[in-house]
Amino acid sequence: MSATTMRGPSKPPAGPTVKQWLKKNLFSNWYNSLLTVLAVAFIYFAVKGIVTWVVFVADWTPVTHSLKLFAVGLFPAEEIWRIGTILAMVSFLMGMSWGKWGGTVRTFALALAVGFTVIALLPFDIYPQNDDALDLLLRAEFLILPVLVVLGFLVGRLERIRGVWLPILWLLSFALSIMLLSGFSESEVIPRVESGMWGGLLLTFLLAIVGIVASFPIGVLLALGRQSKLPVLKVFCTLFIEMVRGVPLVTILFMASIILPLFLPEDIRIDRVLRAMIGMTLFAAAYMAENVRGGLQSIPRGQYEAAKAIGLTNVQTMVFIILPQALRAVIPAIVGQFIALFMDTTLAIIVGLMELLAVGKAVLQSNQEWLLRDKEVYLFIAVLFWIFTYAMSYASRRLEVALGLGER
Amino acid sequence: MSQSSVSRVFYRKGVPLWRDVVVLQWIAQIISAILVLGFIWFFISNVLHAAEARGLSWGYGFLGEAAGFPISESVIPYDESRTFGYAFLVGVLNTLKVSLVGIVFATILGTIAAVARLSTNWLVSKIASVYIEIIRNVPLLVQLFFWYFGFFQRLPPVKEATQLPGPIYLSQRGLYMVWFEPTSTFWTWMIFVGAALFLAVVLYFVLSRYQLQTGKTTYPVATALLTLILLPVLGWFLVGDSPLVTTIPVLGKFNFQGGLRLTPEFVGLLVGLVIYTGAFIAEVVRAGILAVHKGQFEAARALGLTNMQVLRLVVFPQALRVIIPPLISQYLNLTKNSSLAILIGYADVFFVGRTIINQSGRAVPVFLLIMAIYLTISLITSIIMNIYNRHVRLVER
Repeated sequence: MSATTMRGPSKPPAGPTVKQWLKKNLFSNWYNSLLTVLAVAFIYFAVKGIVTWVVFVADWTPVTHSLKLFAVGLFPAEEIWRIGTILAMVSFLMGMSWGKWGGTVRTFALALAVGFTVIALLPFDIYPQNDDALDLLLRAEFLILPVLVVLGFLVGRLERIRGVWLPILWLLSFALSIMLLSGFSESEVIPRVESGMWGGLLLTFLLAIVGIVASFPIGVLLALGRQSKLPVLKVFCTLFIEMVRGVPLVTILFMASIILPLFLPEDIRIDRVLRAMIGMTLFAAAYMAENVRGGLQSIPRGQYEAAKAIGLTNVQTMVFIILPQALRAVIPAIVGQFIALFMDTTLAIIVGLMELLAVGKAVLQSNQEWLLRDKEVYLFIAVLFWIFTYAMSYASRRLEVALGLGER
Repeated sequence: MSQSSVSRVFYRKGVPLWRDVVVLQWIAQIISAILVLGFIWFFISNVLHAAEARGLSWGYGFLGEAAGFPISESVIPYDESRTFGYAFLVGVLNTLKVSLVGIVFATILGTIAAVARLSTNWLVSKIASVYIEIIRNVPLLVQLFFWYFGFFQRLPPVKEATQLPGPIYLSQRGLYMVWFEPTSTFWTWMIFVGAALFLAVVLYFVLSRYQLQTGKTTYPVATALLTLILLPVLGWFLVGDSPLVTTIPVLGKFNFQGGLRLTPEFVGLLVGLVIYTGAFIAEVVRAGILAVHKGQFEAARALGLTNMQVLRLVVFPQALRVIIPPLISQYLNLTKNSSLAILIGYADVFFVGRTIINQSGRAVPVFLLIMAIYLTISLITSIIMNIYNRHVRLVER
């Protein structure tokens, strides 16, 4: 008897066999069995229909012949190298972040490298005009980018490179990218490219990143203003937040693009892309403010009192004690907000910007034979958006786990 | 003497005025108020200046002028000779129409998807998850374009209309379906319906109060429902001719005759909004059901309640408390999202408003009117939500 108890820790119970699993999850009783049969039939017909359509019926030429338009819109062909430079910069930084931080960044850096490789190996011309030299050059660039990711990784692993530099480098690269994109009117190396030429995925990303970067601090300030004890400040912030949240984004964009010029004197003209960015930022900031306010309200009074007791000023209390905890508590909501903002960039089509969806519409009308290919083009755009939003929500979930939110 | 009065004015509690936090805060507030109001005044004066330069009068007098543009669909009779104000009302009603119908269908779809995702059947639950995860991660506008330009604009001509069970006919002209048409006795019958509704509400409250006071089971819900059904049925036979007749769409020479017609724009917008919002509502409902602790179910069973009673009396009331607030905000989102109608040509308030701006040139007043409509809807919604929240708030010790 004692021999059996002395055998040491027993094995964990074996997982269910296939049969047990099927019985439990698919055929536990008669109506579940019926549901399973119906679901299998549904999946069979749905998958069969979709696969047949995608492979045999659909005509993907509008997409494959317009990759450049989908990527950068009307950005002049001879200036495309600037976007290549930006991509190289981003790849290298992504690699460095992977080397320094690891974890989720690793997944993203690898996904980026794989994505670039896939683009480089696409089985059709990736540049529309049958220019073989340019096509080869582009493929070479997309093959170099994964190498840059790996190089960045190796640099990031170096002990001498401090992790503090990375956020600064990212911000610098963002400023540099904007400068590269718009150029300077006097310069001969990088001449000015009007913002009207920006388009496609490039503009979508630009709108989203500017919106995210700018709306975050404004949102935090609005939330603090709404929580403030100063009545005038509180009323203004509350009014702003509630008015913006009460109307659709369409009206805000419309206001920024058509009403704002009326509000300004005749001689002040703001760039059209910038106006859309202002509209989206203000809209996102109001929602951000409500998220941050939720975080602020979750901080117990004791934190304020303790901070006061050790002699911190009001500003110090906010910056060092309250905000770090409050923001940490609402990270999922904030990332959700960023995803929504990313998807909302499609509305810029209303004020005439050439973002991804507008490019899709223009592509359909550019060729008589493509007029009836709406399903293909919009499906392609939907898949693009899905990839990026899904990546963002995946990152958010990993971040929640890493920060131990909802646990003690 | 004068020394002390000076110090009383400039030194409060021994702190000099220029270092007194209360005073400094007030100064900061006054300065910020002046800045904000000055900013607003700067804007308004520019608008007034521009309007004057173009010879446009300020105000809403133009709403009485003839509109002179057609609107593709309307709940109330409309033609080009009506006024701008009336055209705007048509837009408001169209917004409400698509929102209300959308809310009903999105709730049904969302609830089904939520229950399916919680199902113990692995396949069913996976199908629901795929639907929710795909739809929530693709922009609504892309989906609307897909449905409208990909399907509802590509429907066959009237002669070759697709027939769905119902019968529902889908063609380029839109969707035709069986509908009811009131006859001369309709309004007499409506009196019965109204009376039934009133009586059902009264009965429900009286009986549930009696049940609370005496502890005797009085079946308030069942009685109210019975009243609500029996009285109109009784009225149907009492008024003589039947108050409603069905009209069936029949393919005539050029188009369908009879039945209810819904435009492709309306159907496209509705389908897009319902599928999109349905996925969000599914997550709301699922979170609500999961929020009810398992112990509640077990405790109710231990008390001897039947499965139905557990759901009706224990699980639903608690789940609803969690579900209703985000659900209402989803309804509000749907209403606001219906403004995307402008991109597929459905004549909602935003679409009509922009047409009015193009026709009359008065951008700012019309724009303020559009914002006022949406803000009113939001305000009413949040009032309802606050009342509900106060009603169901947990009363703690």
